[in-house]
Amino acid sequence: MLELIRDRAIVRDTYHLRTDTLDGILPEEDVIVSPALLAAERARLDQHQGKLGVWLETSEGPEIIAADLARLDLVVVHFSSFTDGRGHSTARLLRERYGFRGELRAAGDVFKETLHYLSRCGFNAFALRPGESLTHALGGLDVFSEAYQTSVERQSPLFRRRLQNVASEENPL
Amino acid sequence: MYQYDEIDQRIVDERVAQFRDQTRRFLAGELSEDDFRPLRLQNGLYIQRHAPMLRVAIPYGVLASYQLRKLAYIARTYDRGVGHFSTRQNIQFNWPALESVPEILAELATVQMHAIQTSGNCVRNTTTDHFAGVAADELIDPRIYCELIRQWSTFHPEFAFLPRKFKIAVNGALEDRAATWVHDIGLHAVRDDQGEVGFRVIVGGGLGRTPMVGVVVREFLPLAHLLTYLDAILRVYNRYGRRDNKHKARIKILVKAMTPERFQREVEAEWLSLKDGPATVVPEELARIAARMTRPAYATLPDAVPERLQQALEHDKAFRRWHERNVHAHQVAGYASVVLSLKATGSVPGDASADQMDAVAELADRYGFGEIRVSHEQNLILPDVRQADLHDLYRELKALGFATPNIGLLTNIISCPGGDFCSLANARSIPVAQAIQQRFDDLDRLYEIGPLDLNISGCMNACGHHHVGHIGILGVDKHGAEFYQITIGGNQAPARLGRVIGPSLGQEDIPDAIERLIEVYLEARLHEEERFVDVVERLGIEPFKAGVYASQEREVLYA
Repeated sequence: MLELIRDRAIVRDTYHLRTDTLDGILPEEDVIVSPALLAAERARLDQHQGKLGVWLETSEGPEIIAADLARLDLVVVHFSSFTDGRGHSTARLLRERYGFRGELRAAGDVFKETLHYLSRCGFNAFALRPGESLTHALGGLDVFSEAYQTSVERQSPLFRRRLQNVASEENPL
Repeated sequence: MYQYDEIDQRIVDERVAQFRDQTRRFLAGELSEDDFRPLRLQNGLYIQRHAPMLRVAIPYGVLASYQLRKLAYIARTYDRGVGHFSTRQNIQFNWPALESVPEILAELATVQMHAIQTSGNCVRNTTTDHFAGVAADELIDPRIYCELIRQWSTFHPEFAFLPRKFKIAVNGALEDRAATWVHDIGLHAVRDDQGEVGFRVIVGGGLGRTPMVGVVVREFLPLAHLLTYLDAILRVYNRYGRRDNKHKARIKILVKAMTPERFQREVEAEWLSLKDGPATVVPEELARIAARMTRPAYATLPDAVPERLQQALEHDKAFRRWHERNVHAHQVAGYASVVLSLKATGSVPGDASADQMDAVAELADRYGFGEIRVSHEQNLILPDVRQADLHDLYRELKALGFATPNIGLLTNIISCPGGDFCSLANARSIPVAQAIQQRFDDLDRLYEIGPLDLNISGCMNACGHHHVGHIGILGVDKHGAEFYQITIGGNQAPARLGRVIGPSLGQEDIPDAIERLIEVYLEARLHEEERFVDVVERLGIEPFKAGVYASQEREVLYA
């Protein structure tokens, strides 16, 4: 079983990826399915006891799984290349517009240098590309101690927090 | 300039550390070329024809004198003593060694400078009017909004890997000196019926391979909604812009493919979810930025033209010319802004040596308040000079070679570095610019010709903005040889794209062709106030075409 980063810890991945068929699946197995399989096997997956995740390709937006998010434990967003930033918008929409609270995992061309932006867009799990050290990659989450914009990690943009600091310095409780 | 607080400084310092680590790992073979390329580009580092090229950001073209001295130091220490000011108000160094780039970035950080997002498929340096904050015709000071956008765009987590580069321009004055119609997003300050100031939002303009004038997606955007609206536009672009073909990846192609109406609906729908959210700009932030923006302690001076200036204007003809071309009205009584021409005959447009940079920094301290502007026309500006000091300053500039009175005239050529440096170029630009400058070296003649923008790009990426030159010259490759295509009738504001007059010409034929264009113009103009571009507008390109190509044929016949 593969390892990945989840909530800043290195953990084993318990999920199995199923794209074509659910045949042979164990009831308690954690499974990741494609949006197509999710749509086709809705009734069967409703009865499934293990955890349920869905796999979005780089080009697939959150709209196609919006109706199913309540019953999903995991959404995987695949990055065909780290320079294709569509998944960053997908993640923010999942978190901020659709209110998805489960595991949001970046997979594909994911490595240390990409973690900072991904994490701020709402990913809390990272399945690195082959050959990358998980321990080394963890450092990518702490390259910057501050950020200007509003993000999933920190809703309040720096300019609002700066004002709060000024206010609290002026009126120390 | 905007003065960093502790947090701004920390963010830049952390970037230097990050890039130092990435460069080390690249050189150690731990980071592949494919991984390193996008990372170095987002730090302004290209691998060029001869050596790496480092592009350093000059946010909205504003420099303090000590920053210019640092640039001079970098040019001397890490380059061959020269810097090139670009049409994006940035500076480029053509000869740094890859290994020394982290050191250069660390040097820059000590004076609150960086190379963040000066390249790559991300939001680039925001540009503005080079007279921002001092122009007499200003509605708002665009530097405040440029800084707001600089902070918003710096390491924006969602928009670091867009389909293609993304350029934003802000104009706060009545006259558009920021080319807002030919940017991915152009923001133009306007006043609504109630007298409130906001932005007209223009999207999808741009030059390059497929030049287009932008479309207005919102006639009036209240200032408070600036960042949420930018987020909405960028999100639509990030999600739906083409990624399969880099030549069709700019936002202008998306706007056209979707149709402006549908694009606008998508943006407005996206904005509804973001509007009034935490990114809504609060007045306190605008006030905070304004307070950190250095403001000269202007003296209270009389409004009338000072006696000394009056005298000099009457007695010194050359000075009068320079004053007419290179001096710009100021919003504070008794002051003026002065353009230092980097376009003397024989110069490389936009180039300044380390010694020249030091000299300009010194003048900025002595004659101004230690501030310099970089214009997208690749000149330098001293924004705050007392009118009474203009003649003294003129004499010093003359000695330094910066007093060529050609601003707005034919020899104030905008030019990219071209094939001498840039690996994208099809042809060289600099020798063409120099040959034209030689040909039109006579000032009387230059004045007779009147206002004329001549822009040169060495390839269709159009860094030299040839499409919006009254005369544009584009380097093209024909079976491995360098040729040049001429367009006429382009204009920056209001934006119009030039039209091609005919088959491309060899380098040696260009000065003659320009000469023919000018002859046709001078013969056809109704009066002195009718500019070259006005005549093209009135008569179309035919007479110009006939002038250039008829003479060509004649020469071939009698050769």
